Amino acid sequence: MSADIAHKLERNLEIHDAAARGRLRRARIVLTLGPLTSAVGVGWAVLQPWRLTLLHPHGQGFYWLFAEPPLYVALVGVLFRWLLAPGIAADVLEGPE
Amino acid sequence: MILAGIKPQAEFVHWWFATGFLILGLLLVSEAVVGHDVWAMRPWRRYLWPSFAFLMGVLMFPVMTFFTNSTIHMIAHGSWAQVLLLTGGAELGLARGKLHSQYWRLCSALGLAVSGAAFLVHEQNGWLFARAAFLHHLAGWTLLVAALFPLLQAFRPRSLTAAYGFGFTFLVLAVILYSDRDIAPIFGHLSYYAGVPHR
Repeated sequence: MSADIAHKLERNLEIHDAAARGRLRRARIVLTLGPLTSAVGVGWAVLQPWRLTLLHPHGQGFYWLFAEPPLYVALVGVLFRWLLAPGIAADVLEGPE
Repeated sequence: MILAGIKPQAEFVHWWFATGFLILGLLLVSEAVVGHDVWAMRPWRRYLWPSFAFLMGVLMFPVMTFFTNSTIHMIAHGSWAQVLLLTGGAELGLARGKLHSQYWRLCSALGLAVSGAAFLVHEQNGWLFARAAFLHHLAGWTLLVAALFPLLQAFRPRSLTAAYGFGFTFLVLAVILYSDRDIAPIFGHLSYYAGVPHR
């Protein structure tokens, strides 16, 4: 009888561990999305520096200086990681299955 | 004359909307990763992507108004504005609990299908005319195929494939729009009639 209970408890713990690992993995993915996006933006800026008119601003108009797509991508990644990801990750770890 | 001086070039507008779609994509992919129940734990988060889609629909109206290259351009931009408003509005209704039927998600499918069709209809040049033409064709077919994801979500709301597919659609669309230039070659092709690349 006690062996049965021990077996059940062990199984429950295994299920609990698997669920906890799944939550942790999902939290890590969400926390990685922002830095990954920023890395793409920085990588793009390195590969195509001429897309950043701020690096050679002489003679550029307002829109050319305002429209900096690689910086936009990097900024979106930073803002996502800073403003949204921590709350989402916390809710994954504490929330429902 | 004054308007022509302050109006941004089309490629800038494409990049700004690309940024909007990048944000939409990140929100939707995150929701797919953690699941709807976790996502909805904080009430404000439920409204995030629908209100963003709605806002992009509102911002599409100035694009329709000021970029009047041709009638078909105005119709295309106008239809995008309307389907973005419809998609955002329907999803806001679902998030608020005013709408209950899962079939309201068909509005998102309609939105993607109409957007895809508008891309294809308003691009009158062939695929290799210039980069903008290529990207319009690519975006059009991408959105038409991607309309299957929200269609699937309407009938199987818990489908992970549909949720990820819907989210990644906007990330792909962001890449397509960021790649746009007003006049640039595509795979070494640039029609003589397209003009001279400016940068």
